[in-house]
Amino acid sequence: MLAHDPEARVLAGGQTLMPMLAMRLSRPSMLVDITRLDELRGIDVASDGVAVGAATVQAHALRSSDIASEVPLLAKALPNVGHPPTRARGTIGGSIAHGDPSAEIALVAALLQAEIVFREGDNDVSFKAEEFFIGPMVTMAPMGGCLTRVVFPKRPEGRVGTGFQEVASRRSDYAFASAAAQVVLDDDGECLSLCIGVGSVGDFPVRCDVDAAGSRLTDDEVRGIVEDALTDLETVEDLHATAAYRRRAAAELARRVVREARDEALEGSK
Amino acid sequence: MKVELKVNGRASEVDVEPRKSLLDCLRDDLDLKATHAGCEHGVCGACTVIIDGQAVRSCLVLAVQGDGLDIRTAEGLTDCAGELDIVQDAFCDTHGLQCGYCTSGMILAAHALLLENQAPTQDDIRDAISGNICRCTGYGQIIEAVELAADRLRQRNARPDEALSAERGMA
Repeated sequence: MLAHDPEARVLAGGQTLMPMLAMRLSRPSMLVDITRLDELRGIDVASDGVAVGAATVQAHALRSSDIASEVPLLAKALPNVGHPPTRARGTIGGSIAHGDPSAEIALVAALLQAEIVFREGDNDVSFKAEEFFIGPMVTMAPMGGCLTRVVFPKRPEGRVGTGFQEVASRRSDYAFASAAAQVVLDDDGECLSLCIGVGSVGDFPVRCDVDAAGSRLTDDEVRGIVEDALTDLETVEDLHATAAYRRRAAAELARRVVREARDEALEGSK
Repeated sequence: MKVELKVNGRASEVDVEPRKSLLDCLRDDLDLKATHAGCEHGVCGACTVIIDGQAVRSCLVLAVQGDGLDIRTAEGLTDCAGELDIVQDAFCDTHGLQCGYCTSGMILAAHALLLENQAPTQDDIRDAISGNICRCTGYGQIIEAVELAADRLRQRNARPDEALSAERGMA
C-alpha cells in the first residue's frame, strides 16, 4: 500500500504524526497503522548489535534490561523522551523516522552510529544514523519504505560510562540543547575512546569526533576537548533560543555529560 | 468504520470516521464527558485516559485504533455517580484542583503511576504528571494530593494494586 501511494504515511505511536494531522501540517491520503505488527516490535540482542523493532514503544525500551545493560546511553536518554503518557505510545522507530532535531533517540543513534533499516518493496535498505538525518524533519527515508528496525552497537569492552543532559522549558519537553557522551576507560582510568553528540541546536543531531585516547579526562582536559569538538558546530536561532545561547548551552551540557560519563566509568557502574 | 471499544469494562460498538480521535469518540459518541479536550494535539494532558494500564493521551489515538483495548476514563473510577475514589478524594482534601479542567487527566495520570509504584517519591510524581498542564494550582497541591492518595492506599487493608483494580472494576 505504501509503495503504491506516495502520499500515504506510516502511523506508529502517533505521538508526532497525530499532532501534525491535528494542526493540518500533514495531510496524507492514507494512514497505514503498524502498531499491531508483532514482527516490528521487540528487542533482539545479537552478536553484531541490539536490534530494536521500529514499533517498539519507548516505555517498553525504558523498562528493558537488555537496553539497560547493552545500550546504556539509550537507557539514560529515554527518561528525557516525552512524558510517561507519550512514551506509552511513542515508538523508537517513529522518533527516528520523524527526524526532529531535538529528538533524544536520534541523538543517541547518531552518536552510537546505529544502523537504520528500512523495508522497501522486498528489499532491506540500511543507513548509518549519521548520514540518515539531513535536515529538520528531513531524512534519507526512502519513499514508500517502512522503517523496520534500528540496530544499536553493543556496549563496548572496558569500563563504559555514559552521560545525557538537556535544557528544556519544562521537564521532558522539546529541548533547546541536548548533549550525550559515551566514554570507555581502561583499567587505569585512562580514556580509550570518547564520543560526544549534540542535539537540538542545529538542523539535525551531530556526532563530534574527538581524540581523547590516553587522556585522564580531568575537568580542565574536558574543557579543552569539548571546545575543540564543538568548533565547527552550527547552531540555529528560533523563538525559544538564540544561536549564541544554544552554542553556550551545548558546550556546557557537553562538558557536564563527559564528566558524568567519566565518573560513571570510574565507579564501574553501568 | 465500525469498531468495538471497551470503555470502563463495558464494550460498545461505535461507527466512526477513521479520522476521529478516541477523545472525540469518547465525548461525542459514548457521551463520556469527563475526559476533557484541551489542546487536542498532545501537549496539555487534559485528555489523559488509561489504556491497558498505562496513561495515554486520547487525542493522539484514533478511535479505530482503540479496538479491543482496555480503556479507562474518570467515569470508571467509582461504581456510583457522586462517589469519589481514593485519588479524587485526596485531590479534594488537599485542594489539588481549582477550575477542574486538568483534573480528570491529572487523576488518571496519578492512577497510572500508583498502579506501577505504590510508594512514589515527589520526583516520581512530578515525572508522572509532567505531561499534564495545570494553570491554576501551581502543582504543589496536586503533588500533595498524589502523595496523600498513595499514603492512604498503603494504609488500606488490601494490596494497593488490588484496591485500585477493584475501584476500576477490574477485579
